[in-house]
Amino acid sequence: MKIKTSLLLTCALLSSAFAWGQQGTVPPESLLKPLSHSWPTYNGDYTGKRYSALTSINKLTVKNLTLGWMSQLAPGADASPANGNRRNQVPLITGGEGPGNINIRSGSIKGSVLAVDGTLYVTMPDNAWAVDARSGRPLWHYYWRTKGGTHIGNRGFGMWHGYLFMETPDNYLVSLDAKTGKERWHRMIADVDQGYFSTPAPIVIGNHVLVGTGNDIDAPGFLQSYDPETGDLQWKFYTVPMKKGDVGEDTWASLDAASHGGGQTWITGAYDPETNLYIFGTGNPTPAYTTGKRGEGDNLFTCALVALNVDTGKLAWYYSTSPHDMHDYDSAQTPVFVDGVFKGKARKMVITAARNGYFFVLDRVTGEHLLTSKYGMTTNWAKGYTPKGAPKHDPEKDATVAGALDSPNSSGTINWQPVAFSPKTGLLYVYETDSFTLTYLTDTDPRGSMGLGGKEEMGVGSAGSFLTAIDYKTGEARWRHKFYTNGIGGGGILATAGGLVFTGDGSGNLVAYNEVDGKPLWHTHIGQVSNAPQTYMLDGHQYLVCATGDMLWSFLLY
Amino acid sequence: MKVRPATFGSVMAAIACAAAYAWMPSFSIVPVAVAQQQPRQTSSFNSGKVRAPEDPAMVAQGKTLYAVNCQACHGPDLRGGDMGGPNLLRSQVALTDQHGENIVPIIQGGRMAQGMPKIGISVEDSNAVAAYVRSVIGMIGSQGRPPGEQKVLNIVVGDAERGRAYVAAHCSSCHSVDGDLKGIASKFPEPKMLQTRWVAGGASSTYDGASGKMTAEVTTPAGPKSKAETFKGRVLYIDDFLVTLELEDGTLQSFPRNGATPKVVVHDSLQAHRDMLPLYTDQEIHDVTAYLVTLK
Repeated sequence: MKIKTSLLLTCALLSSAFAWGQQGTVPPESLLKPLSHSWPTYNGDYTGKRYSALTSINKLTVKNLTLGWMSQLAPGADASPANGNRRNQVPLITGGEGPGNINIRSGSIKGSVLAVDGTLYVTMPDNAWAVDARSGRPLWHYYWRTKGGTHIGNRGFGMWHGYLFMETPDNYLVSLDAKTGKERWHRMIADVDQGYFSTPAPIVIGNHVLVGTGNDIDAPGFLQSYDPETGDLQWKFYTVPMKKGDVGEDTWASLDAASHGGGQTWITGAYDPETNLYIFGTGNPTPAYTTGKRGEGDNLFTCALVALNVDTGKLAWYYSTSPHDMHDYDSAQTPVFVDGVFKGKARKMVITAARNGYFFVLDRVTGEHLLTSKYGMTTNWAKGYTPKGAPKHDPEKDATVAGALDSPNSSGTINWQPVAFSPKTGLLYVYETDSFTLTYLTDTDPRGSMGLGGKEEMGVGSAGSFLTAIDYKTGEARWRHKFYTNGIGGGGILATAGGLVFTGDGSGNLVAYNEVDGKPLWHTHIGQVSNAPQTYMLDGHQYLVCATGDMLWSFLLY
Repeated sequence: MKVRPATFGSVMAAIACAAAYAWMPSFSIVPVAVAQQQPRQTSSFNSGKVRAPEDPAMVAQGKTLYAVNCQACHGPDLRGGDMGGPNLLRSQVALTDQHGENIVPIIQGGRMAQGMPKIGISVEDSNAVAAYVRSVIGMIGSQGRPPGEQKVLNIVVGDAERGRAYVAAHCSSCHSVDGDLKGIASKFPEPKMLQTRWVAGGASSTYDGASGKMTAEVTTPAGPKSKAETFKGRVLYIDDFLVTLELEDGTLQSFPRNGATPKVVVHDSLQAHRDMLPLYTDQEIHDVTAYLVTLK
């Protein structure tokens, strides 16, 4: 911590303490409530809907939204204070096990901001801040000295009572005291030498902190559960078979292939308290673009939805959304819980719009498959369906030496970006990117390539990029709103009970769309929105917060 | 192996294309240690991580020993061989070896139960083999790409005659072999680039928004004191809420958009190409390329 900041810190704490009341804590049982005044976990609540019950900002009032504040967050070991003014210096807490030879001075907010009792908690790779939700003023800055690992993004914090949990690119789970930013402990969750790097937002369920990791080289994926108090490992679930007799072993040519088979746990899942199941998506098999020694099977549990008992880490069910993937179309999208009627029967469902361009409805209690539809209008990599209702990959559309024209490109119809579901309209709001790419096989070695290698991909354009509203009962798009970009619109989507759908539009606008027909009702040009907009209530005002790179924006209604 | 200087460019490249999350990478990396240190090697597949330098003499010795003792099972490129040895470049044991502590005991017979024989070389020589393995691991590319040069493969597999017929039938309303396509194979001597360019419909394969090829007519509505007016020009910017034209006299003009007002008609010369994307078969693409490579 820098000197001369103690007085300021004291002031900040005093003023915050005055306003906080609850002192910024998240009792785990509060996470069971539907999303409303605060935003205490990655998706706001456990259902993955990103549907806020708040209604102050609605179709009639949204035109009165106004800028509350904007705040630029400066990452790095030696971040200079805002506006170069030393009075703005923020207490800096440093941790980490790296030698201090890597100092990344820029970054982008690509995850969720936690909004709890007047404070926002924000992350970038190696960096975290508490920010005053009323002014945008940082209260503390935590900096992690890294050992390396791919610094591509961080999806945010998990919170348990007054403790925060974040992951780092060099694979540590770090727990901070929310009030001060002081580190409580850190634990190594994977080995950076094995190619792992960690981006996910941990999720707290009861007394479990669930953490995923990522890797691109041929390494097994896993999900781990840690004790929020002590940091002790509770269980570890591998997403690929690691030993003889493991479920799914017969879907690989060998255990060696399976235990190098990928299935990374990139994205936070959803939790059903009634069944005690945590449901999450898994990444692609490796090597990604060549079958090599993978064998011709489904390569479980890569590119799948997986349901685990939270207390034991034991598998309840799984469903492959891209059996034997050949395009790096990982299924690491946020699953969304829907309770409703499906074909005349009341069902507890989980739905997902996958990176491969297909939409799925499953019974989330049993994993029973209910519906598959193709929501990417130009999706062409599959031919028909497997007996289990999943798209069947067309070998002719795998990477070829002469080039295969594939849609979507490997970035997918959607990627990591959170989607939103409104129970009122019954629509799932997703990005749909109908891109085309020529996929060239460059490594013809019969052993297969490694990691994401062995291919060269050249984009050749797009048939369009959309905000698309899918009716979960039919799997059909109710409407599509075309973006003026060929890329993915923004960093994710928010739906509200005010009848609005918020997202970046890929052209530098933050836009409120009518939930019914996708017509824009309000917009502001603030730059490319890099995360999913979120909303919270403070001092009787509804706020809307989102990020454009290292800039955090807060709009509110007076 | 050659020891490369620390290239933070490669770190950035690795970041920019990291698998699932290619979204707005905007990093500037400050190489604190570079100025005062000798060149150090970073591994690009786990970017930023600085690998300890290997002794070149040990690596050379290890390479020879590897060829004699290991290659038959683990392959000349360490990616697994005909006799069933696993790929060492994705082996978690090898990836995490720092100074022989993982690899040497295995060479010395620590994994005989799993089928790995004891190799009759000294501990010192085993350490040399470990150094060689680590040196190859240091060349793994970003996102786990195997090390080594990529062979150039011939992508021209189509039938030029069928391609000629396809071009005559589908392209001749806009393009001509004696006109804009003349010498296209000389302009793009690399067939992969030629194929990518023609399928994309031009130079930009990442066409986005207003690419410079779009023109538009914007018709403002008649008001109480003004008549409807039409502006024509090149589209500099367009989204749901704004369109900016470069008018024919070179001046710029922006128009706010609110739904269907003003009326905006966009002409995009690439639209015909985009409309074709869902229709091509791979064979048609390969045939056309086989034909275009003859237009030197």
